[in-house]
Amino acid sequence: MASQRVLVVGAGLAGLRTAEALRANGYGEEILVVGDETWAPYNRPPLSKEALSGDLSHEKLVFRVRANAADVTWRHGVSARSSDLDARHVTLSDGEVVPYDALAAATGVSARRLPIPGPPPTAAGGRHVIRTLDDAIALRAALVPGARVVVLGAGFIGCEVAATARTLGCEVHCVAIDAYPMLRPLGVELAAELRRRHEAQGVTFHLGVGVTAFEGDDHVTGVVLTDGTSLAADVVLEALGSRCNVEWLEGNGLDLSDGLLTDAALRPVRDGVALDGLAGAGDIVRFPNARFDDRAWRVEHWNVPTDTGRRAGAVLAAYLAGEGYDAVVNQPWELLPSFWSDQFDVRLQSYGMPGLADPDGIRLLEGDLHDECVIGYHRGEELVGVVGVGMLRVVNGYRDRVGRARDAM
Amino acid sequence: MSLKVIVDWDVCQDHGQCVISAPEVFALGEDGRMHVLIEEPDEALRSKAEDAADVCPVQAITLQG
Repeated sequence: MASQRVLVVGAGLAGLRTAEALRANGYGEEILVVGDETWAPYNRPPLSKEALSGDLSHEKLVFRVRANAADVTWRHGVSARSSDLDARHVTLSDGEVVPYDALAAATGVSARRLPIPGPPPTAAGGRHVIRTLDDAIALRAALVPGARVVVLGAGFIGCEVAATARTLGCEVHCVAIDAYPMLRPLGVELAAELRRRHEAQGVTFHLGVGVTAFEGDDHVTGVVLTDGTSLAADVVLEALGSRCNVEWLEGNGLDLSDGLLTDAALRPVRDGVALDGLAGAGDIVRFPNARFDDRAWRVEHWNVPTDTGRRAGAVLAAYLAGEGYDAVVNQPWELLPSFWSDQFDVRLQSYGMPGLADPDGIRLLEGDLHDECVIGYHRGEELVGVVGVGMLRVVNGYRDRVGRARDAM
Repeated sequence: MSLKVIVDWDVCQDHGQCVISAPEVFALGEDGRMHVLIEEPDEALRSKAEDAADVCPVQAITLQG
């Protein structure tokens, strides 16, 4: 019998966990992982947090690979250009056509850029993003004491970088179209409290405004806002969310409108039918999560690459084994999204999907909003998310109550 | 060789995610600091200990053996 090959496209955390799960579930033949970055998989969250002000080395951030996956073949610095899922091959950026028996799509997301002309959208032009280690190394070099830093976007990553830059002695302005930082995931009261804490540390917010222009020729010198304000800038960080790296999957009839639509077994869906021998993992997958409801959601939280990678690996291993596949596919599976954020001396720990809460469903569960606390996010009577400001032991205790019907348990 | 759990305490930031994966092996104390309950867990706990190492947000946990 000819040997089998699983091709994993994407060499980040999701690709790593998929490869490990293939082995853990008994698949013993070839696994090839390709990824556009030159680095072996590494931990991204610290890039906007402590690593940005401390030790920004790949050695410190690299993930350990389980012993069972030591024989996986990694090809770094190569991306997928296109794919033909019916013919079962992927064309790489170097022109090579790679046939496969099963395919995992784990290509993650890229930082979204503002479609506004100006100085080159590069670190050399003073316009930064932060998604990769190379991005972080370039940004770190620019965050010198006294540098005038304008952060565009006040989501978690924007606020983390704002806090880190302030700690490094930069002058920091943060611009966002929303009325509060981190408003959509956290709700007004906590967002307003976190704004106050950032301001107490010297971050200046410009909220409810957008950007009309960048100033400067070869290097950015300023940012003009929709209210006419002009902010002088040595460094601009565009922290405006992400776009999914799914172009290489186009032309196959898949739903790529927001990442890669899959079923609960993470199999891509075409015309309502799940495709066997394929699975998505990580930030790109939009999948129904039985823990909350029947709708498909895409969630960029830290544990999603690990949990979806394990599921994808198990599904593909069963498919290739040819036995027990239906049982694995139909196995009940759900996921509790989890992430943390460090901003100054505040640690936030979130479980679930706080963004699903009703506008009037956000309530203080424990503690004091102005100190340490736990906030509950409700959709009707269902607790859909909890966020702890400090109080880690307490917020961890709410985990099992997050999700559909759990209040009744 | 038996399984051994090693935590780099210079790296650990007391996230407590390991406790959720392997409560037999790790604990979060009243003081908010992480503790290892069993440094050489039984083989039956290997899978949970591996999960704990995977989910550590700062990758402070190493397993030997």
